[in-house]
Amino acid sequence: MSVNVNTLREDEYFFGHKACAGCGGALAVRIALKVIGPNAIATIPAGCMSAVGFNFPQLCFKNNAIISTFAGTASMMTGIEAGLKALGKKDYKVVGFAGDGGTADIGIQALSGAIDRNDDVLYICYDNEAYMNTGIQKSSLTPFGARTTTTPAGRNIKGNQKVKKNMFEIVAAHGIRYCATASIGYLQDFMNKVEKAASIKGTSYIHVLAPCPTGWGIKTDECVEVAKEVVDCGLWYLAEYEHGTYRLNRRPREFTDVAHYIRRQDRFKHLSDTEIKEITLQRDAKWQLLDKQYFSK
Amino acid sequence: MTKEFLSGNEAFAYGVKLSRPHVISAYPITPQTTVVEKLATLVEKGELKADFIHVESEHSALSAAIGASAVGARTFTATSSQGLLYMAECLPYAAGGRFPIVMMNANRSTALPWNIYGDQRDSLTLLDSGWIQAYAKDAQEALDLALMSFYIAEDKRVATPVMVNLDGFTLTHTYEAVEVPSDDEAEGFLPDYETDNKLSLEEPKNMAFTAGPDTNTEFKYKEHLGVLAARDVISECEGRFEEYFGRKYTGLVEQYRTEDAEYIVITLGTLYKSVCECVDKLRDRNRKVGCLRLRYLRPFPKTELIEALKGVKAVGVLEKDISFGNEGTVYTNVCSALQQSSFNQPCSNYIAGLGGRDVPLSDIEEIFEDLEREQNGVHFVGLEE
Repeated sequence: MSVNVNTLREDEYFFGHKACAGCGGALAVRIALKVIGPNAIATIPAGCMSAVGFNFPQLCFKNNAIISTFAGTASMMTGIEAGLKALGKKDYKVVGFAGDGGTADIGIQALSGAIDRNDDVLYICYDNEAYMNTGIQKSSLTPFGARTTTTPAGRNIKGNQKVKKNMFEIVAAHGIRYCATASIGYLQDFMNKVEKAASIKGTSYIHVLAPCPTGWGIKTDECVEVAKEVVDCGLWYLAEYEHGTYRLNRRPREFTDVAHYIRRQDRFKHLSDTEIKEITLQRDAKWQLLDKQYFSK
Repeated sequence: MTKEFLSGNEAFAYGVKLSRPHVISAYPITPQTTVVEKLATLVEKGELKADFIHVESEHSALSAAIGASAVGARTFTATSSQGLLYMAECLPYAAGGRFPIVMMNANRSTALPWNIYGDQRDSLTLLDSGWIQAYAKDAQEALDLALMSFYIAEDKRVATPVMVNLDGFTLTHTYEAVEVPSDDEAEGFLPDYETDNKLSLEEPKNMAFTAGPDTNTEFKYKEHLGVLAARDVISECEGRFEEYFGRKYTGLVEQYRTEDAEYIVITLGTLYKSVCECVDKLRDRNRKVGCLRLRYLRPFPKTELIEALKGVKAVGVLEKDISFGNEGTVYTNVCSALQQSSFNQPCSNYIAGLGGRDVPLSDIEEIFEDLEREQNGVHFVGLEE
């Protein structure tokens, strides 16, 4: 592993776009492309990144990039890879960037198919925990308690009542060559994982948490800090799965206060202390499982 | 060239093989399956060097085909009915991206009620998706259309995907003697696919982008011109085809005994042969009847139709399709063309063969009799009320 802040390419591949200030997703795409380099072939479904980056004639990718159908990120990547292989091309990396809805909801079938075939592609899910492009609607990766425009917080229902689907473990259960979780709050860890995943021959998957200031109700300069805090307070974790083995990249000795993380975001501002307690208990239960899964052997 | 006893699907598969696609991406559905089974066998035997992708759905089948086509690979897929509808989102996507994919569709009824047999509701539902649509009448034409479709689709003036339709079971699963050209004989007919409309490591591009109100009309107009350009390219392609293989095709329409006909039935697909048989029978009784087959529905053979129907007393459109609450889709298209000419004779619509119901010669004879009564409107043939 060689890529770090000093060795990262100076070249930019995703710029001049219209993403909101402080966009975590745009940062994830920008950094991943700088790690992979000019031969990345980016496939991006209908969603935030395509909406902000592909407005003819203002096209914002320096490398090859194409919009797929919403459900078809992975299947289009499969086709691109198959076509290039059949034409005898070498030295390229097909990389997908899809949001949480595009991955865990509408795109999960195509993703599962690509992993099953072990197509030589890297799929990166930038998870901002709701359908942000269409105006903050709930996805299956929206966390418990979050207010979205389709899970409003009122007297009767207080935001989203479901817990987040675990895409990392769903993907790992396919027996994928390599998959990992990451956060744009821990960029070095994310860059390491992109570099590793891009070197894999076969399917690899990275699930990177990427806050959305607009949808989460945080200040634009807080995005990276909040992405750090979600790991530090234990509501997100950094891990890898490779050759059938899970590895935790970071096990905080003591978690920071969940309430602090929750209270700083408008999407959670309706939550009572009891509900925050509930979220804390969910976290503790999750870590009990994680500790068993990762450290029992 | 060898003469072989093949089903429509198998014949089509040989046509695809002769076209040397780089990528085949397909998901199984009755009655399409035997075309992809045949192709998989050809790949396994090493007779066809293509990457065969086992996708997880029809949506993925066409999405993957778009991806492959977007890097300049020659790409084939096949489906039918529910599968075609499931991939529907990707059809205008492929057309708008100007990706010259060839797809075989086994024409089949659409649920509900469930039915696996042939009618044309599936492809006609997607007539406006931007694809060129061809309809084969027999297994030989199926093979030939497979080969010609890549030529037409990939022509730079056209750059539009082509859907070739085979009537479910009556063509896909019916065996006939078919002339199969050898690889050597087909060599040179279809040039390698060359395009600038692709992602390229040498010249990176951003593709499949957004075009707002200020540029959208211009993109759509160009797409429209691409389909229209197929008129000339189909004609050129058929001339070239005849030079290579000796078989002659007649462009967007095919006509049978229409020269002096007073009553003409217009149809598509395999029904043509039944109507021709009926025409012979009625001609023996000195009735001036003829048949016209729409080989292509997009581009629509407007001028050919107007020309062919000059001096005719009445026209019937026989189709396996109904646009609920209106009339048959083919009829709508025919009427629109005729309305733009001086034609003012009766034109009636006959809906038959839905869900695979047989269309016997006696029914077709009745249609010709009906035409002489100068009726307009929509008639369901053989309807039991």
